[in-house]
Amino acid sequence: MVGQISIRNVRKEFANQDVSKESIVALNDFSLDIEPGSFISLIGPSGCGKSTLLRLIGGLDTPSSGEIILDGKKILKPGSDRGFAFQGSNLFPWLTVEKNIAFGLKARHIYKSTKKDVQDFIDLIGLNGFEKAYPHQLSGGMNQRASLARALVGHPKVLLLDEPLGALDAFTRMNLQDEILEIWKKHNMTMIMVTHDVDEAIYMSDKVVVMSARPSKVEAVIDIDLPRPRARAQDTFQLYRSKILDILNLGGDIEDIEYNI
Amino acid sequence: MKKYIIMIKLILPVLAVLLSVAAYYGLEDSGKQKTTEHPYYVYLLLIVLALYLLFAIVSIFVKKIRERLVYKAPLAAGTIAFIMFLNTIITKTTLLPTLYFPSLDRIIGLLYEQRLFLLENVLSSLGLLITGFAWGASIGFLTGLALGYNKKVGYWLNPVTKIIGPIPTTAWIPLALSVFPTTHAANVFLIAFAVWFPVTLMTSSGIQSTSQVHFEVSSTLGASTLYKIIHVAIPSAMPSIFLGIFYGTVSSFATLMAVEMNGNSSGIGWYINWQKQVMMYDGVYAGLIIIAILCSLILTLLFKVRDRVLVWQKGVIKW
Repeated sequence: MVGQISIRNVRKEFANQDVSKESIVALNDFSLDIEPGSFISLIGPSGCGKSTLLRLIGGLDTPSSGEIILDGKKILKPGSDRGFAFQGSNLFPWLTVEKNIAFGLKARHIYKSTKKDVQDFIDLIGLNGFEKAYPHQLSGGMNQRASLARALVGHPKVLLLDEPLGALDAFTRMNLQDEILEIWKKHNMTMIMVTHDVDEAIYMSDKVVVMSARPSKVEAVIDIDLPRPRARAQDTFQLYRSKILDILNLGGDIEDIEYNI
Repeated sequence: MKKYIIMIKLILPVLAVLLSVAAYYGLEDSGKQKTTEHPYYVYLLLIVLALYLLFAIVSIFVKKIRERLVYKAPLAAGTIAFIMFLNTIITKTTLLPTLYFPSLDRIIGLLYEQRLFLLENVLSSLGLLITGFAWGASIGFLTGLALGYNKKVGYWLNPVTKIIGPIPTTAWIPLALSVFPTTHAANVFLIAFAVWFPVTLMTSSGIQSTSQVHFEVSSTLGASTLYKIIHVAIPSAMPSIFLGIFYGTVSSFATLMAVEMNGNSSGIGWYINWQKQVMMYDGVYAGLIIIAILCSLILTLLFKVRDRVLVWQKGVIKW
């Protein structure tokens, strides 16, 4: 099984725009082990460094200290072993859906041998008939689907999802959540998703990592011990939600809830 | 739309032509204009009428042409009527000085009689324009790319571009003419310069405004730096680059005229200037008409290319 990630004592500082002020510490002494093939959600207050962590795993930024190790190798730069689905869709507007999805394969000069994968992923995400369409001709949901396909088509070991469904309406969102779970089940990769949506995190993940405010640490790791496929209206689902909201100090003033989970 | 309104619209251009012919023969000439061997203006009107009727016949069978014909018919009629109005004032009255306002017969006649000589000049102008444009656009594109993508190049070259670029091309004419070995080389340089600056500027700003996320997306997909430049930065800058080419083309027209009127001995610009010097204003008008058609055709071609290349985004400048 591949896709094992160890985050070891990672610290990430950003230089302040205003030089006289101190630099901003986004992450401090952050450690986390992620099992191969698991689905992890990162949740936490706004600006707590969730996206920073994802970018570090993606290799788009490097840690100020500490290290992130993927299958025994230190992550230094972006690579096609880690797919990245960005906030919003960010398809290349000058390429058709088909060519957007094929972009990575062509960039790595493996398109000839993997041509079939492009069509397979178009089928998988249900964009048949839209192969030759440009991004501006598609709905937000379709854009997001194509963007996922683009990140997935190179068969990465790890898929990093930065609020992939944030801009979508509730129904499209729920549909896509199920589709992402389908893909995950089928391709068996490690999934790491940043989200603001507690329900989404509980519905989709094996583990929800609750992060503290900046400089961010792991506040709690909650195992979601629910059978799949999950039902959004389950009672235990609600209990997980209260527990997470409580850790985030958003639970309100309900005292002494007994958690039996 | 109601049928009879369409019919009226379609008949308007025919009426305008008939009215023009009637005015031509019906009203008495002022007698000041030099007469021509043939009534060229009437010939042209008849050619226009014949073409119009041809389109009308085709439009019975092709819906797209029919709609276009109905839409454009009033405009065509208006244009024909306006030209009739001008020509009537010029030939039938003495309101305007005959020297500067030759009759349409004379202008059209000249275009017809000197067609080979004019064509030679058009080709000479086009050759110069295309050579200069090709140099200017390609060097401009490369400088813009280097300036936009590489911060160090930008640091050293930006001030140079900012100082030299805004100098009006015509200010270079005296220097260029003395420095370059041939007039032709100087002319090519001047036109290239006119195209170079806007293309550089717009390419560089287009490259700079490439979305950072698109670069990051392509990094995570395994693209190399060169691949990112060719497949992300350049396509993303394409709308801006085309804008630069458009500005460059317009300014190359101006430069072409300026260099041809200064010390050249061929080309449409030279022709106009020469005709003015010998007080042949029908030649001046003929030259202007040719330039109008030429420049308009070139821009149309440019926008057609743009629409092809930029199908993914529409309508920056309407043409």
